[in-house]
Amino acid sequence: MKRSIHFRWLLVFTLCVSMFLVLPVVMSIMAGLTKNYFVGLSSGLTLDWVIKVWSEYHRSIVLSVGIALACLMCTLLLGIPAAYVLFKRSNAWTRTAEELLMMPVALPGIATALALITMYGAVGEFRSHWSFILVGHVLFTLPFMVRSVLAVMHSIELNILEEGARSLGASFRQRFFQVVLPNCAPGILAGSLMVLTLSMGEFNMTLLLHTPFTQTLPVGLADAYASLRIEVASAYTVIFFFILIPLLVAMQASKRLTQSKTN
Amino acid sequence: MPNRETKLHLLLIAPVAICFTAFFLIPLGKLFLIGGSGEFGWMAYTAVFTERRYVESMITTVLLSLLVTLVTLVISGIAGVFLARNQFAGHSVLTAMLTLPLAFPGVVIGFMIIMLGGRQGLFPALTEWVSGERVVFAYSLVGLFVGYIYFSIPRTILTVMAAAEKLDPRLEEAARSLGARPLQVVAHVVVPALYPALLAAGAICFATAMGAFGTAFTLATKINVLPMVIYTEFTMQANIAMAAALSFVLGLITWLALGLARSLTGNSVAAAA
Repeated sequence: MKRSIHFRWLLVFTLCVSMFLVLPVVMSIMAGLTKNYFVGLSSGLTLDWVIKVWSEYHRSIVLSVGIALACLMCTLLLGIPAAYVLFKRSNAWTRTAEELLMMPVALPGIATALALITMYGAVGEFRSHWSFILVGHVLFTLPFMVRSVLAVMHSIELNILEEGARSLGASFRQRFFQVVLPNCAPGILAGSLMVLTLSMGEFNMTLLLHTPFTQTLPVGLADAYASLRIEVASAYTVIFFFILIPLLVAMQASKRLTQSKTN
Repeated sequence: MPNRETKLHLLLIAPVAICFTAFFLIPLGKLFLIGGSGEFGWMAYTAVFTERRYVESMITTVLLSLLVTLVTLVISGIAGVFLARNQFAGHSVLTAMLTLPLAFPGVVIGFMIIMLGGRQGLFPALTEWVSGERVVFAYSLVGLFVGYIYFSIPRTILTVMAAAEKLDPRLEEAARSLGARPLQVVAHVVVPALYPALLAAGAICFATAMGAFGTAFTLATKINVLPMVIYTEFTMQANIAMAAALSFVLGLITWLALGLARSLTGNSVAAAA
């Protein structure tokens, strides 16, 4: 393709946009690792801030990882069978069900959280337990698991594979575990990474759902941003990036894997 | 006769159906009833269009979301088509950089904006160097605007790139050979071809800007957007009825925006906040 002056201007424009997105990330990582952000890098690099954040907030961080893993378990157990039935029975009912399942994503998180609190807020033990947050996270992430698995089911002609296994005498249990699950693996993987990422970062709902004893990582982040000095806030962000960015990279990689398989 | 397969399918879908009904549909129904039980009664659901302070925040939120959508579409449209059309050294690095913040939560986006335009941020330092005056924009509606654009660009660029890769470059060649100027090609060939993708991405931008509140929460609690108003009604005023009614109206708007985009484009639109 011929490269005009337009090419150069457009490249500069795109570079500017990428700088806008990446610069603050780099700056916050630097700020979390320098002794004094106001003085700059010349004040020297340190892990003190990260260690300080870890010692003060490690309970939030561990809780978030725990909730994300529990959320993954729930969405796997609920989502894969649901996707299977939605795939096998494509009619007005299942389409409505699919639509309903999407609602917690379309609704602002604050509405879902209010609904849960008005219904179960008075149930003492439950309200102050981390499973209260888990319920919100499962509602919000389940559609991503279901959609991801459904998309793969539609792209691989699962019906034919399953009929083949059935004609060879495989029982439902055998078909489900030896045909359906392995063939849906790319969708399950993509959905799982999505669920983990979303659960780790969920804030809109969690701010209302949490109690002082169940503070999650993003809620702790908001707390640090509001009250602590910029180095501490940055160090906390660095820890969050340290967990989140590998998940994002894996997500992109799994997407490429799925595309190359289905094409 | 319900055969074995039907029974099996019912058994498989039952856990989701029970959990979803118990933890979402019934609570949402109760929230709806509570919305009508406050000082305004059922009028609470129209208060957002009649009571002055709610009308103001509603208008602010809608205008902000529309502006965010428009600016995001222009920026991501240009960068997305450019990346889809041109191959050059560093292309994949640039794409990776542009999609890096894809799943950053709202609070982190808020902090990124503080890094750019906050008291110790980059932009005030730059303006001080240029004009001697520190321009801090993070803790206001402008900061929120920049934050929502920051949040929406990665997702929108991916959508635009995917759509632009399917676009036939020969259409543009034909338009050009017929004497169309570059802007005419964009207006009459590229934009119409990308229309469904732009509409879908725009709806998601709009819905997330309407409903998200992590960014606003981080930047300043006095920003007068609807999710912040709901939060204050609930926590400071303990006015659960009004908070419920407002969040229902807000939910209805975002749900309609996404539904409209889906019915117009015919494919699945999913928002992720």
